[in-house]
Amino acid sequence: MLIDIQEANVKALAAIQAAQPAIKGIGTAVEVVPGMKKNLILHAGPPITWDKMSGPLKGAVIGGLIYEGLAETPADAEKLAASGKIEYAPWHEHDGVGPMAGVATASMPVWIVENKTNGRCTFCTLNEGLGKVLRYGAFSNEVIERLKWMEKVLGPVLKAALQLAPEINLKNMIAQALQMGDEVHNRNKAATSLLIRELAPAITKTSFTQEEKAKVLEFLHSNDHFFLNLSMPACKAMLQAAEWIEGSTVVTTMARNGTEFGIRVSGLKDRWFTAPAQIVKGLLFPGFEEKDCNPDIGDSAITETCGLGGFSMAAAPAIVKFVGGTVSDAMNFTRKMYEITDGESQSFQIPPMDFRGSPTGINILKVCEKNLLPQINTGIAHKDAGVGQVGAGLVNPPMKCFEDALEAYVELYCQN
Amino acid sequence: MSKLASFFGQKVKVINLGIPSFAEDLRQQGVEAIHTEWRPPAGGNKKIQALLARVEVWQGQVKAAKGAR
Repeated sequence: MLIDIQEANVKALAAIQAAQPAIKGIGTAVEVVPGMKKNLILHAGPPITWDKMSGPLKGAVIGGLIYEGLAETPADAEKLAASGKIEYAPWHEHDGVGPMAGVATASMPVWIVENKTNGRCTFCTLNEGLGKVLRYGAFSNEVIERLKWMEKVLGPVLKAALQLAPEINLKNMIAQALQMGDEVHNRNKAATSLLIRELAPAITKTSFTQEEKAKVLEFLHSNDHFFLNLSMPACKAMLQAAEWIEGSTVVTTMARNGTEFGIRVSGLKDRWFTAPAQIVKGLLFPGFEEKDCNPDIGDSAITETCGLGGFSMAAAPAIVKFVGGTVSDAMNFTRKMYEITDGESQSFQIPPMDFRGSPTGINILKVCEKNLLPQINTGIAHKDAGVGQVGAGLVNPPMKCFEDALEAYVELYCQN
Repeated sequence: MSKLASFFGQKVKVINLGIPSFAEDLRQQGVEAIHTEWRPPAGGNKKIQALLARVEVWQGQVKAAKGAR
């Protein structure tokens, strides 16, 4: 096969650079997400069956089934989840992404993000805030009630506001947020503020009641991570443009389901390369210990795959107070990631590094040759269903994912 | 003077591989030292080294074939 890897990777990088993700609107999952149906539950990470799911993912599935009205109690939900009547699939195989457990069900409102360059769309649920939330595996009444409010009020208000607001280009917004100390994975304070600045005037112009509009604005104001559920589908849209380029060794997906970490590579199409997910090292909330922590979970590593998050930590020195380490560690993480990537973002610049473009386009050949793993920062879920977040920290993917991908690549392409 | 003796008579300049603190200790003693972050390819994993070598050979063949066109 006369494939020049460098040329294939240049093509992949060009597709990522050219992507222009913008908010298209908000829809109901079953109406807008390809292949979505009432008995399907989408989740973070590579494919997994109910029996192999970790506590937080099981908890989120239980919550999702109660929310959909398919089960009344957690015990009923567990029985149904294991009955074979419920199907499970990775968000990534339905053009979307989900933070932490990443569970999405048919009735949930989802962001629709369009890559204006190729017209393709990506999806993500709306962020629930912190504390006891579904994405960390909590399923108590307050969690279900909040999800219902998001379906009945938050989603419709934002949908109406988006129709009145100017189009929001997410690539531009992320680029601005990086200049303001975010890396849009575990620090979304600036990006959320920028989003509110765009949406608030339009929210006030919608025909909803004052009380509903005020509650929506208060909800957005109270949640520094609200933008995460937009940075993720924006990154997905950029990487989706680089999926399946023959011969390319660029990574297009890094995702975890709480049991396994999985990657996908542009030139290896839809194949997942998985290995057991690692324990995250970081700062735990008071009262929790490492034995309480679930292994790495969530699709949010799509930000790192796109050169943000842990790859752009130099732009967000304040994040070390949340995920651990020092400012000099943050600078070093970014510096090292240039060694395993093929390019630098033309849009996302890192101020403390003289506005150098963020390291973009993870190359499996470089990861394997240098024996240097991508750096991810992430939230930590309690290992038991129903508890929630216990901290945040730093983690790497297992090297096996990259080694197996390399082996598959050689089998497919190298005939020497 | 033997070559060895003349070597030790010169000012020592050190290129350090491996543990960074070795270079730092020398610097603190006034010795000029730089640290190089060298690691064995693929962390010394023979199987991965062999796979990477196959990719390299294949890419050499691809480039030669394209150049011959």
